[in-house]
Amino acid sequence: MIEIKNIEKSFEGTSIIKGVSTTFEKGKTNLIIGQSGSGKTVLLKCLLGLHEPDSGEIIYDGISNKNMKESDRTLLRRQMGMVFQGSALFDSMSVIENVMFPLNMLTEQSDDEIIEKAKKAIERVELSKAVDKLPSEISGGMQKRVAIARAIVMNPKYLFCDEPNSGLDPKTAIVIDQLIQEITKEYNITTIINSHDMNSVIEIGEKIIFLVSGEKNWEGTNKEILKTDNKSVTNFVYSSELLKKVRKHL
Amino acid sequence: MFYLGDIGRYFIMIKMSFFKPSKWKIQRKLIFKEINDLIIESIPIISILSFFIGGVVAIQTALNLSSPFLSKSLIGFATRQSVILEFAPTFMSIIMAGKVGSYITSSIGTMRVTEQIDALEVMGINPLNYLVFPKIIALLFYPFVITVAMFVAIFGGFIAMSFAGIPGEAFISGIQMDFEPFHVSYAYIKTILFAFILATVPSYHGYYMKGGALEVGKASTLSFVWTSIIIIIVNFIITQLLLS
Repeated sequence: MIEIKNIEKSFEGTSIIKGVSTTFEKGKTNLIIGQSGSGKTVLLKCLLGLHEPDSGEIIYDGISNKNMKESDRTLLRRQMGMVFQGSALFDSMSVIENVMFPLNMLTEQSDDEIIEKAKKAIERVELSKAVDKLPSEISGGMQKRVAIARAIVMNPKYLFCDEPNSGLDPKTAIVIDQLIQEITKEYNITTIINSHDMNSVIEIGEKIIFLVSGEKNWEGTNKEILKTDNKSVTNFVYSSELLKKVRKHL
Repeated sequence: MFYLGDIGRYFIMIKMSFFKPSKWKIQRKLIFKEINDLIIESIPIISILSFFIGGVVAIQTALNLSSPFLSKSLIGFATRQSVILEFAPTFMSIIMAGKVGSYITSSIGTMRVTEQIDALEVMGINPLNYLVFPKIIALLFYPFVITVAMFVAIFGGFIAMSFAGIPGEAFISGIQMDFEPFHVSYAYIKTILFAFILATVPSYHGYYMKGGALEVGKASTLSFVWTSIIIIIVNFIITQLLLS
């Protein structure tokens, strides 16, 4: 579980995150949604420790980020898995080498153990036939699955995904969403996903926070978001004519 | 103030690249890969350029020593001095700033743009140690490239003079004339400093670049410009200190 209390972050005098507080629950897919420029990525980077919040507190399973030593921060980061928007796979490494990378770098396990664990993670994302391929030789959806395999190979406590289905067709996007949700349940991890994809929101949003200009505007579940009267949320959720018509029939 | 900030960040980058080292097993692989990419793969181009530059230096020296009262061996002497003191260490380093420097900047810059550096950070790996340290170590072998350049350039001069009808014995005796071993030490001191500049200045431009694919190209150009300027300034300072 990750709890954030009154997080604020600004860059060169411009306030990006304005006093956001919430709780991201364990074993659930938690979504941060909002329009582009609403501060989703900055908030995610604060949670990852890539940005230091100006004020406020982040509590990771009871451990506060305040006054955290660099060694503790490194240990905490090793409990985090991250799926980047563009997958961020290492171009010169094959699929299996990408998945083996964190194990090779951060553990003292034998080569056989590392290969076995990497193969297991690749199997979990159903990519066993592509182990020796380079990232450039596989599709965008497959790259996302490799990124998920790399993120879970270290058995993380926290999984972060930045727009995991951007650039994917709707069918593949749902497959990726479902895979993330299954992994969250299976590994009992705290998953936080940045998204502005409404399919993801409806499909896997067990807990959703909606950001507007860096402020938390609304919080709820995928069932609640469809029926809320919050104007900002409804404008965001039912942005197209088609969805507006759908809403009338709900 | 802008440049002061850059200078400070450059030195912090160098310091950080020695911290939180990766496992030796991984580091060794990375160092060998960089030796191949930065050193071994540079030898063909350096050899071709050195051969013809050596030839041109010898021809131009011969042109200026047309008096029958001057010994032909002076051509070999002048070629040796020009090559060892300046052409091999400095001129080749400027060329390497284009070849190796832009390779370093674009490869690190692309990793920045595609979030691969962020991925390393999230994993708890020190990206500077992973990316920059192996390049610094690999470029410790850079004097080997310059040694090749020295030999090939002098050989290029010898071949050019053979075609011009200058007796080989005269050129070889010129090469051996008034040999000052300190000049070689001076050349290698410069080379080691240039190697460090070649590894770190392009890494800095790649690591701290901002933007997208277009900016990777801009960062590579900027990296070449700055690496060349710094090499020329350091060359002047070292020459003042050691030879003036």
